[in-house]
Amino acid sequence: MPTRKQNSTRNRPRAGTVASVLAGTLLLSGCGPADGTETLTWYINPDAGGQAAIAERCTEEAGGAYRIETSLLPSDAASQREQLARRLAAGDASLDIMSLDPPFIPELAEPGFLAPVPEDVAQSTTENIVEGALAGATWKDELVTIPFWANTQILWYRKSVAEAAGLDMSKPVTWDQLMDAAAEQDKYLGVQGAQAESMTVWVNALVESGGESIIVDPEAPSDEIELALQSPAGLEAARIVSTIGKDGLGGPGLATQNENTSMINFQGDNGSFMVNWPFVWPATNGAVEAGTLDAGLIEDIGWGLYPQVTEGEDSAPPLGGINLAVGAASDNPELAYEAIECIVSPENQAEYFVTNGNPPANTEAYEDPKIEEAFPMADTIRQSLEQSAPRPQTPFYNEVSTGIQQTWAPPAQVDPEGTPEESTEFIISVLRGEQLL
Amino acid sequence: MTSAIPARPVSPDLEPDTSPGVGPGGPSDKKATAQYSDRVRAERRLGWMLAGPAFIVMLAVTLYPILQAIYESLFQFRLTAPGEREFIGLGNYAVILTDNVWWKDLGVTLLITVITVAIELVLGFALALVMHKALKAVRGPLRTAILVPYGIITVVSAFAWFYAFDINSGYVNSWFAWLPGIDSDLNWFAQGPTALFVIMASEIWKTTPFISLLLLAGLAQVPDELTEAAKVDGATWWEQMRKVIIPNMKAAIMVAVLFRALDAFRIFDNVFIMTNGAYGTEVLSLLAYRQSISRLEIGLGSAVSVLLFLCVLIICFIAIKLFKVDLAGAQGGK
Repeated sequence: MPTRKQNSTRNRPRAGTVASVLAGTLLLSGCGPADGTETLTWYINPDAGGQAAIAERCTEEAGGAYRIETSLLPSDAASQREQLARRLAAGDASLDIMSLDPPFIPELAEPGFLAPVPEDVAQSTTENIVEGALAGATWKDELVTIPFWANTQILWYRKSVAEAAGLDMSKPVTWDQLMDAAAEQDKYLGVQGAQAESMTVWVNALVESGGESIIVDPEAPSDEIELALQSPAGLEAARIVSTIGKDGLGGPGLATQNENTSMINFQGDNGSFMVNWPFVWPATNGAVEAGTLDAGLIEDIGWGLYPQVTEGEDSAPPLGGINLAVGAASDNPELAYEAIECIVSPENQAEYFVTNGNPPANTEAYEDPKIEEAFPMADTIRQSLEQSAPRPQTPFYNEVSTGIQQTWAPPAQVDPEGTPEESTEFIISVLRGEQLL
Repeated sequence: MTSAIPARPVSPDLEPDTSPGVGPGGPSDKKATAQYSDRVRAERRLGWMLAGPAFIVMLAVTLYPILQAIYESLFQFRLTAPGEREFIGLGNYAVILTDNVWWKDLGVTLLITVITVAIELVLGFALALVMHKALKAVRGPLRTAILVPYGIITVVSAFAWFYAFDINSGYVNSWFAWLPGIDSDLNWFAQGPTALFVIMASEIWKTTPFISLLLLAGLAQVPDELTEAAKVDGATWWEQMRKVIIPNMKAAIMVAVLFRALDAFRIFDNVFIMTNGAYGTEVLSLLAYRQSISRLEIGLGSAVSVLLFLCVLIICFIAIKLFKVDLAGAQGGK
């Protein structure tokens, strides 16, 4: 017993020291670092290091007003959304700046998880922004995020195949023309038939190109949402997906094919036409430089606008990209928006395109001569962005998207008559809480 | 049954954990406590003091989340709509149990459990026999070699199997093209049956070592005298197996089956990596994941998790009550 007493008295001063050190640390952290620089955390999606470089540049330009630190999110968009939504719901104050995929914006804006955009920032960051990207950045007619870069799918083709098929690629082509050409020459069409987000991207682009939107009124509450999948545009979309699946036009791997695998097939002997994002260009060039692909391949690759559903009617290509948002619980929303203004400057967007292959949302950035050099298809991308249509903007996007994926994949099982109806009923009953997903 | 209590005073703290309802806690328990000597009581207290911290930690990390999940499952609650939280009683359970998706996923999960455990049991037993009979010189390396798959992280092995069978990067299609039904155009993950085949094969490859290790422990407990006596009596190898070895290690077999069945029933990684539940390969754990993590429907997801937990309890109950698995008897062949 006496030993224990001795121990406890000896421990007391030590405990005091620990407590005072702790208190000191807490006090210090409350005031920020000694030089008074505030640290902003930017949650970024994985890229080739471009966002980290921009963060560094903006930190330098800020001259001590703030320092941007990047924090990496998971690799796929769905997991990024899961992490951000959970952190936002828990009121995480570290979410100063977030790189957000546009389809998930309404879900996070609706419950007030995002800090309001100041008037002046809204004005300065929305000039010259492509229409689709701007639409994707708003929710209920209010700008809730800042467009950073905008992505779109274009049509990639092998010149040799197009020539053999006698197609005039200087003009927009239709899905029917592509399907005929692929069937005649026994080549594979590059589409994404896996049960994944890419399936929704495809179906949405087909329906939008047909002049309809998957959700009639995206702002409706979950039990009043109506879908337009059974419209003529929806039925036409089902016909195209089903024909490609049933006739084996997408190749044997179609049912599990995502953007990356369709690119690999496109680069191979059976490649013909493919709808895909611009990453295809740097990736193919990289593979040629590394010696894994034949150098002649680059010469054989052409590009054009996303195929039309109805001849003569402009297509509505898929829209993707990244917007920047500020968490409502952030300690420094003003500084965060100041930093965002720096991040999305046209110079940074142009640089990011050249180094990382992600196209700018700001049309001004396309004037940069570096871009034309690195991406000869920059003009096509820009026009595609102008024509593009976002995916359904609803707080229930995950339900709608997963519902489409589960009913429209694999393409070979799509019934041109039955699938749109089945899909509609399934999604509606999930939204009403009557069914599991 | 209660006569066992005074006979085992040294480890009274183990009782409530290992065989609920069999040990202290019954009505006769109070009387028994009164008869304990001071020494037994002191040992009992020491037992609680030693096991207590672990017991409290277990309560904090298992009981608390279970209770929280049960509570959440009574609400309609979406993480991104915090204001719309609403008490709906057993509504979530009604939605789940009247939905085909639940029953289909339960069917897939049971199919995977039954097939993988059955095959693992046979293969594991064969491996255990090999390890048991192996010459002393090779015993160490042999056991290590057999255990390697079990040492690999499931996600890693799932990716390895996925890439091996993948239509674009896999080599299986070209290696086994001589088998009927396999050619370069076979997309293993495009339809349920073939995808489930790969998922189960990967599961079996990875966990057979575990079951064989448990069986090896049981095999080592079978007294050599018994097999020798059987041999002297002229029993064939098969008769020795059937009449002497297997009956003597029944407890070990049942424990191995129970552990593996519980594990297999909660399968997640392999399915998540290879198909993400596409084309009829969704299992119950993935269904729970989809509701609570992807959809952020905390109420519905909790209800699926609670039902999954009940299924696991039912499997335990069937094994312990109907097949009379004695968990404590695993190390000694009873």
